[in-house]
Amino acid sequence: MTLQTADLGVPGAFTAPGTRRSIGLFVALAALVALLMLSLIIGSKMMPPAVVWDALFHPSGDFDHFAIRDFRLPRTIVGLVVGMALGVSGALIQALTRNPLAGPGILGVNAGASFAVTVAIGLLGVRDVRGYMWFAFAGALVVTIMVLLLGSTRRGQSPVVMVLAGVCVGAVLGGAGSALQLINPDAFDQMRSWGAGSILGRPLDVVWPILPFFAGALVLAFAVSGPLNAMALGDELAVAQGVSLVRTRILAIIALTLLAGGATAIAGPIGFVGLMVPHVARWIVGPDQRWIFAYSMLLAPSLLLASDILGRIVMHPSEIPVGIVTAFVGAPVLILLVRRRKVSGL
Amino acid sequence: MTTRGVSTSTRSSRATRSPEVRRVDFGRRVVVVRRGWVAMRFEWRSVIVCTAVAVAVVVMSVLALTTGSYQISVSQVVSALTGGETGLVHDIVVEWRLPRIAAALVFGSALGVSGAIFQSMLRNPLADPGIIGFSQGSYTGALIVILVVNGSYLQLVGGAVLGGMATAVLVYVLAYRRGVQGFRLIIVGIGVSAMLGSLNTWLMLKASLEQAMAAAAWGAGSLNGVSWDQVAIGGTVIGALLLPAGILSGPMRQMELGDDAAASLGVRVAATRLALVVVGVALTATVTAASGPIAFISLVAPQIARRLARTAGITLVPAAFVGALLCLTADYIAQHIAPTPLPVGIVTVVLGGGYLGWLLFTEARRRL
Repeated sequence: MTLQTADLGVPGAFTAPGTRRSIGLFVALAALVALLMLSLIIGSKMMPPAVVWDALFHPSGDFDHFAIRDFRLPRTIVGLVVGMALGVSGALIQALTRNPLAGPGILGVNAGASFAVTVAIGLLGVRDVRGYMWFAFAGALVVTIMVLLLGSTRRGQSPVVMVLAGVCVGAVLGGAGSALQLINPDAFDQMRSWGAGSILGRPLDVVWPILPFFAGALVLAFAVSGPLNAMALGDELAVAQGVSLVRTRILAIIALTLLAGGATAIAGPIGFVGLMVPHVARWIVGPDQRWIFAYSMLLAPSLLLASDILGRIVMHPSEIPVGIVTAFVGAPVLILLVRRRKVSGL
Repeated sequence: MTTRGVSTSTRSSRATRSPEVRRVDFGRRVVVVRRGWVAMRFEWRSVIVCTAVAVAVVVMSVLALTTGSYQISVSQVVSALTGGETGLVHDIVVEWRLPRIAAALVFGSALGVSGAIFQSMLRNPLADPGIIGFSQGSYTGALIVILVVNGSYLQLVGGAVLGGMATAVLVYVLAYRRGVQGFRLIIVGIGVSAMLGSLNTWLMLKASLEQAMAAAAWGAGSLNGVSWDQVAIGGTVIGALLLPAGILSGPMRQMELGDDAAASLGVRVAATRLALVVVGVALTATVTAASGPIAFISLVAPQIARRLARTAGITLVPAAFVGALLCLTADYIAQHIAPTPLPVGIVTVVLGGGYLGWLLFTEARRRL
């Protein structure tokens, strides 16, 4: 395998055969399953695996079983679902903008969704997730289109200007959101835990209504992965290959707003996951979007769960919200990327 | 700084000796002031703009002194200021509203000058201490002082200055790669400030509820409960910093031509840049220590000032005036727009962020 790539004189990732990518995918899957188990085991009280097993499959009225089923299990499932959504939305937004610095957090998409949710909960009194998830989708969509327009010139898109536009939209919406919360203390109380970006204390009732949207968005994402591959060669070449640029862009934007908006509606704004994971996936599998999406789907929840577990251990017995951990881990990655932009360029 | 002193004196002596130098055509009307060895040149339009802004500041101040949940007439305000009133009116005007206005003016002008320094030095209108992460670093330093040392106000200022400086050094080093490119510095700053932001949240989580609430109220950037003591200390420090800023403004303008050109004009480039960074960060940090991070004034004020005064580059004095007016206006809006008074930082974020978006939009159009 290595001989072959060396002979061709191209980076190994480009010629990595499907088998290697598949094996890698299984390794990533195994890591995710292991982290899912660890997320159930580790906490303010360590649970032996046997107790976790019993709690899942032979529950009794035992207090430990209650703690696992009602607290750690929802939290783990939320981490899994939100992580998948953030990872794939990050991969989509990077493929769409061909901007290595892009991510749903840094481009302000999450901030747009969370501002819309703040308006829904704080001003309009929408309490049910079936109501405010629509606001999250709309907020994410509006900000995505706004940032894409702000960051593009007639000559093409400028990565750094787009990031600045996203940061500034995020700052404005964050400020307006906190103003709303301060004016309306009732809303402030409701939003407080949600605003830091946490997967703790989300009942699964919040997740179920959004799941069908996630499923649809994932199908869409994989459907546009081929056209996005063609667009990576340049718009003209993609058109020559029969790709409809407008349709691909619209479908990709729909998918990514559903994913980013839904993830924010569930867990609040969690930054940097959508930025980091697609890069890691690209380092492993090369530029093929289909594989990048698949890897992002597995790696992002792993990262989120690992960050969450880390947040439980560092300040044992109290905890750090996962959004803080991901920002602390993810910001150095952003700095690294901007220092060596050419290497991971899209 | 000595460079500047020498060059000033030589220029003024040369100007008095040979009359033809005095008639240098600057392309616009200028006012020249000479007192002994000090010589200053102002552009006529800048003087007019500064006067107009100062008038607006006075009008806003009167508005801020009279309106509020307790309405006070202008004549009452005047008599309270001259010592003619006692009791509630005196307390409201002199002890509550006046320090707040003074704080807004002093801090606003400091932010304007600090922003002007960084925008001129990095030759980028987006270079803002808030965006680059210095404010966030000052906040971290101050938080550590509040939560770990439980220190006095002066220690708080010290912690904020140290935190801001350390962040400045960190961002500069991380962005350095065969020179520092403006946009890379800004993105690195965004990353560093995200990290510091999460560190700050973590520090708050470790603190007791009481400390955390004090720190959180302060973190939004608010002038609520500013006392005369804080205004006095902050004003003294800022005044002490504005003097070197003024002295450095000449070399700063020369450095906008490029390091080589400035050096050939007799500017000690490295030393001047270091001094500018120290002054700029110290100005931001002092404001942050007193009121928390008030975002975007340092970004917006120099740009508005430049457009109003139509100067070729960024100038400090108009930026200071516009910064003071902006801070005062934003604080007035923050107090009166909602039933609950908001932190001024939230108003400046919304207004300034909108302005930044517009700036990016027009910049993108101009680059076509």
